[in-house]
Amino acid sequence: MPSKSLHHAARWAAAALLAAFSSLAHALEWNLQPPASPIAADVHGLHEYVMVLVIVIFVGVFGVMFWSVYAHRKSKGHKAAQFHENTTVEMLWTVIPFIILIFVAWPATKTVIAQKDTSNADITVKATGMQWKWGYDYVKGEGEGISFVSQLATPRDQIEGRAIKDEHYLLEVDHPLVVPVGKKVRILTTAVDVVHSWWMPAFAVKQDAIPGFIRDTWFKATKTGTFRGQCAELCGKDHGFMPIVVKVVPEPEYSAWVAQQKKRQAAAGASVQTAAAVSSK
Amino acid sequence: MSAVVDTHGHAHGHGDHHGGYSGIMRWITTTNHKDIGTMYLWFSFAMFMVGGVMAMVIRAELFEPGLQIVDPDFFNQMTTMHGLIMVFGAIMPAFVGFANWLIPMQIGAPDMAFARMNNWSFWLLPFAGSLLIISFFVPGGAPGVGWTMYAPLTVQMGMGMDLTIFAVHLLGMSSIMGSINIVTTILNMRAPGMTLMRMPLFCWTWLITGYLLIAAMPVLAGAVTMTLTDRHFGTTFFNAAGGGDPVLYQHIFWFFGHPEVYIIALPAFGVISQVIPAFSRKPLFGYASMVYATSAIAILSFIVWAHHMYTVGMPVTAQLFFMYATTLIAVPTGVKVFNWVATMWKGSLSFETPMLFAIGFLFLFTMGGFSGLVLSLAAVDIQLQDTYYVVAHFHYVMVAGALFSAFAGIYFWLPKWTGRMYNETLGKWHFWLSMIFFNMIFFVQHFLGLAGMPRRIPDYPLMFETWNKISSIGAFGFGLTQLLFLYIVVKCITSGEKAPDKPWEGADSLEWTHLPTPPPYHSFETPPVLK
Repeated sequence: MPSKSLHHAARWAAAALLAAFSSLAHALEWNLQPPASPIAADVHGLHEYVMVLVIVIFVGVFGVMFWSVYAHRKSKGHKAAQFHENTTVEMLWTVIPFIILIFVAWPATKTVIAQKDTSNADITVKATGMQWKWGYDYVKGEGEGISFVSQLATPRDQIEGRAIKDEHYLLEVDHPLVVPVGKKVRILTTAVDVVHSWWMPAFAVKQDAIPGFIRDTWFKATKTGTFRGQCAELCGKDHGFMPIVVKVVPEPEYSAWVAQQKKRQAAAGASVQTAAAVSSK
Repeated sequence: MSAVVDTHGHAHGHGDHHGGYSGIMRWITTTNHKDIGTMYLWFSFAMFMVGGVMAMVIRAELFEPGLQIVDPDFFNQMTTMHGLIMVFGAIMPAFVGFANWLIPMQIGAPDMAFARMNNWSFWLLPFAGSLLIISFFVPGGAPGVGWTMYAPLTVQMGMGMDLTIFAVHLLGMSSIMGSINIVTTILNMRAPGMTLMRMPLFCWTWLITGYLLIAAMPVLAGAVTMTLTDRHFGTTFFNAAGGGDPVLYQHIFWFFGHPEVYIIALPAFGVISQVIPAFSRKPLFGYASMVYATSAIAILSFIVWAHHMYTVGMPVTAQLFFMYATTLIAVPTGVKVFNWVATMWKGSLSFETPMLFAIGFLFLFTMGGFSGLVLSLAAVDIQLQDTYYVVAHFHYVMVAGALFSAFAGIYFWLPKWTGRMYNETLGKWHFWLSMIFFNMIFFVQHFLGLAGMPRRIPDYPLMFETWNKISSIGAFGFGLTQLLFLYIVVKCITSGEKAPDKPWEGADSLEWTHLPTPPPYHSFETPPVLK
């Protein structure tokens, strides 16, 4: 990660630059969602850091260009110089960008390595993409064995304009993924039909779900709450209608949820067995 | 462009220059580089209109949340065909049109090396374009898979997918023949004294683009052919159940797809490198380094493809390799931008329409480069992959990059081609309206992407509404503005004022200095004498 002071400088510069926008964009989202995991915080910082560099270079390059547009006009009688090369300058503007890139790549590398480290997870959940819903199987850790399907809860009437749209229009599901706060959750992704992508912006996690293969990613939520995302790979007709909702709860509440789910599943299992027994008679 | 037809002059004294045909047969049988260049440009404009109408449908549906105008299936067909038609039907043929018109005149050659093949490369295009459009009218409609045509979604599509695959085959054949022609012409048909390092930069960028096309297009043909056999002949290249891998498709596609970005961008760089010096009245700064930078970009473009795939779950070493290789492209691209700015520096600038579009290109393309740098960082890209940030990024490169450069080129060479001047006031209006509406459409899409709006969705959560409205209004404005462009071009051809041989004071390549305006139907039948 870039140093704290750079990070702060980045914040200030971004704030100053967008001050003009802020009145216009008051209630508008124009930046990454507030981070809710250490990786997301890193990504946030990295983005701001790069934006500062970009703005500095932007001002430099286009300062020169617009000065030229302003001062070196034919209409002002400016006579054209005839120089057309300068080895020193050309070397400099090849080497300096290269050095700047090293300063960008270094913190980015650290974050990439952290993103890829899925070891020592507390809980492992398999997310299965299906046209057009998600299946969740808790395969390891507290809650092992819980399994359910999660799909869009927004009523058709709202989509087709026959009813007022809710606050979380298109971002609400019948059964959200529930995880405890502060625990490392490993998500395995796969799919049954076409490629989908499991994306949770607040955690800076996006992992394609590929039919026939298992891939993994991870997050550790730093705060409780409900977080919302959407499928991020075109997967056919209802690609826009398969949201992902994660409910992050305190540990005791998570344990209670697990117990309740187990009970429900046991009851469902028992009734299935009974039904099977009845039908076999 | 009938003005060329009228004025090239049977006075030339060779009898009939059109191979004995007139009317439509003349255009079907022509082997003249100027005729073929003209057909490429008009075809590309027609496709630009078709693809543009699709963009209007997309933006109309996205004007507000909810499904209003089209159903999600048709929406997907629109995004798919908009992409394919704009990339393969509009932008690529436009620059091949420029190449046909300009390369022989700029290197002092009488025509392209393979004149009949040149005719064939063009005439494949209308058939390919028709296949794409016919696909809307077959059962199942056009494919709704995105222009990237990812497996295995392609297997679920109807017959329209097969038509699209054949269209891609035809387009690929056309591009390969076109580029073989360009490379051969440049390497073998330069006038005595026109050494490689004296060529106008436009010829250099096309020479390099020619090689990129020859290397990349067969790879795309392979990818879509495998898709075809997976669909119909029981192969499982991209199906895990038969030992294949859907991600293999993505690797193959992007091995073509990233060079494709530069196939589009390099000729645009070439046009800009002609226009900026002409209106700065000063030679291009760093000619040699421009050539080297272009070559470096071309070579790097073959080792960065998987930066389109940071989210498929590659090993950490692959993530890092592709990230480093990708960021490296900023170095030669930076060199080009610095060279253009240095060309303007201490020049004697004037701001006719071609120069306005060139400066617009420089400004906006560089912003596309900046967002490219942000996206190159694998860690950040995880957040932005497949969002509107990416849509904004590549439209800054494709529209503000390639399209603006094509506009600059059209205004720059139209007087030469037609012998008539366009209306400068209207040209400036075209520029300023395009500039304002372009940014209205795409600048706000950066915000949408950052805030988390996925691309290729027909409906979206409420928090994205305002930016989408602004974007849609910009899109309608941009679309209408292009009708003004059509008007300007038609008016120029039919009733523009007569253009002098060299309307631009600072233009210095052979088509300006050694040929009358408009040039004769057969130019440089004897090679020019170069000092």
